[in-house]
Amino acid sequence: MAGALTPAWAQLTIKITSGVTHPVPIAVVPFSEAPTDPVNVAGVIQHDLVGSGRFSALARAQMPATPSHAAQVAFPLWKSTGVDYMVVGRVVPLSGGELAVDFNLLNVLTGQSVVRKRFTGPPTALRNAAHRVSDAIYQAITGIRGAFDTRVAYVAVVGEGPAQRFQLVVADADGYNQHLILESRFPIMSPVWSPDGKWLAYVSFEDHLSAVYLQRVRTGQRYRVSARAGENGAPSFSPNGQELALTLSGVSGYPQIYVLDLHTHQLTRVTHTPAINTGAVWAPDGRALYFTSDRAGSPQIYRKSLTPGSYPRRITFTDGYNASPRVSPDGKLLAMVTQVDGRYCIAVQNLKTGAFRVLTQGPLDSTPSFAPNGATIIYAERPNPNGGAILATVSVDGLTGMTLKPTHGAVQDPTWGPFRQH
Amino acid sequence: MRRILTVMVLAAALGLAACASKPVKPAASQSAGQAGAGAESQGAGSGANAGEGSLGNQQSVPGPQQGLLADRTIHFAFNSAVIRGRGIQIVAAHAKYLADHPSARVRLEGNTDDRGSPEYNIGLGMRRAESVRQAMLLQGVSPSQITVVSYGEERPVDPANNPIAWAKNRRVDIVYLTPTQPGK
Repeated sequence: MAGALTPAWAQLTIKITSGVTHPVPIAVVPFSEAPTDPVNVAGVIQHDLVGSGRFSALARAQMPATPSHAAQVAFPLWKSTGVDYMVVGRVVPLSGGELAVDFNLLNVLTGQSVVRKRFTGPPTALRNAAHRVSDAIYQAITGIRGAFDTRVAYVAVVGEGPAQRFQLVVADADGYNQHLILESRFPIMSPVWSPDGKWLAYVSFEDHLSAVYLQRVRTGQRYRVSARAGENGAPSFSPNGQELALTLSGVSGYPQIYVLDLHTHQLTRVTHTPAINTGAVWAPDGRALYFTSDRAGSPQIYRKSLTPGSYPRRITFTDGYNASPRVSPDGKLLAMVTQVDGRYCIAVQNLKTGAFRVLTQGPLDSTPSFAPNGATIIYAERPNPNGGAILATVSVDGLTGMTLKPTHGAVQDPTWGPFRQH
Repeated sequence: MRRILTVMVLAAALGLAACASKPVKPAASQSAGQAGAGAESQGAGSGANAGEGSLGNQQSVPGPQQGLLADRTIHFAFNSAVIRGRGIQIVAAHAKYLADHPSARVRLEGNTDDRGSPEYNIGLGMRRAESVRQAMLLQGVSPSQITVVSYGEERPVDPANNPIAWAKNRRVDIVYLTPTQPGK
């Protein structure tokens, strides 16, 4: 029963919007592994690397051989294929039923090993081991920590009319390994991860009342932490996981931002303007909140220091509509939904220089969420005039994108989890 | 571990452990090597997902049906909570009915189109529902007769992505509650 879920996306399509100018050519040689292994390890690695937009992969048919050890590699043959790097490896069964994944990233021009490692785990975690190989390769070549071995949470909407169901789902960042966290006849929205990746906070409208819940991902155990009169919405964990920012309207009808201390249960009001104030997220140092407010007419993003006595400062100044702020893990970029010529697009603003860059074309993009390495943003888009939302990613330079399409129903409200602790 | 305990204490202090009769199914996420973790999960066997059809369009709509009272939807302009045109008459008709029938109860459900931020849209739906509530209070309805909820963009009547659908979805629905129906 628990976790049983018809896969919402068996179908998974990569769309490279334009790609970087000079992707790194790499050969991911099929790993030596038993035909009974549940995962094609090299296939997963290649999918990860190509999907990042920073690599181009040599087709299998053009590979001169299939070595699984560095000692078997005839480098001159590989040099002539034009690749700069190649990956060789093997899956080795260990006593006790676990599997080891050994890989070696080789510089084809020098013949040197760049990085070689072994990851071990049960056969059911082989796919995750492959993502860890991708992470290691990505970091060795780009200098940026990989985020392939991470998870996303999102809301799937399936069925229609009285049969409609909202599902809170957790999956690997590439859409595989889906797990059902919650199913309801009522809307579920605004999921967000705790910093340690063990909890999700979300909004659920059970019995036509909004409430904020915390739920432990592994066990399903959950707690209702706010069910006050009016709106209970937009939860966000503080960086230390001890506080939750959220939106409460009370009976006034004006949504205001509060901080709930999860230790003392103390509720501190942050905004005091008779307008919509919502969607707060924390600065990485935990000392300020970014949020959406229409206090000046149209929705714009503001920053409020949590130092007592400080006033909110407006952050966005482009015309029309800026909402759903998300701060990059390094605190340097602010992602948001912005309106450009009537189209809703994902944009990033450099918080230091103010430089503003629209990353997507819309027309109906929403809910951006940074990967924990800050290199990629996942968001929801509605490309189909009659259909629901699908998920998409875009690199923060706007050059590379990928879509994750469900086979049926809609998927929305994606939120990228933290790095996993191994 | 420290936070787990904290949250449990918090839930206990507020008396807010999730109710098993709720029409939702929390589910344990069973990844590799986590067998047995489900022992702590709750609700997985409650099977409480069936029944009661107050989601979206009801088959039999409770409440008065005569004249304007059969119309339960007030529409709004983009990013606006101003009640206009026919909406004014619909609100007035229901306000009069509610004032004349103090035991009648309604839930005002605010909705938006699906453009932009879902969280901002919850606020906008709340503003629309509040706008209708204030108009009803001014016309003699008791505050105890009205509950307000905003679904934002989550429950469109038309899921299409075009201006006609968006106009249909920017609305407040007036839902009459039968005495047994939840929603205070």
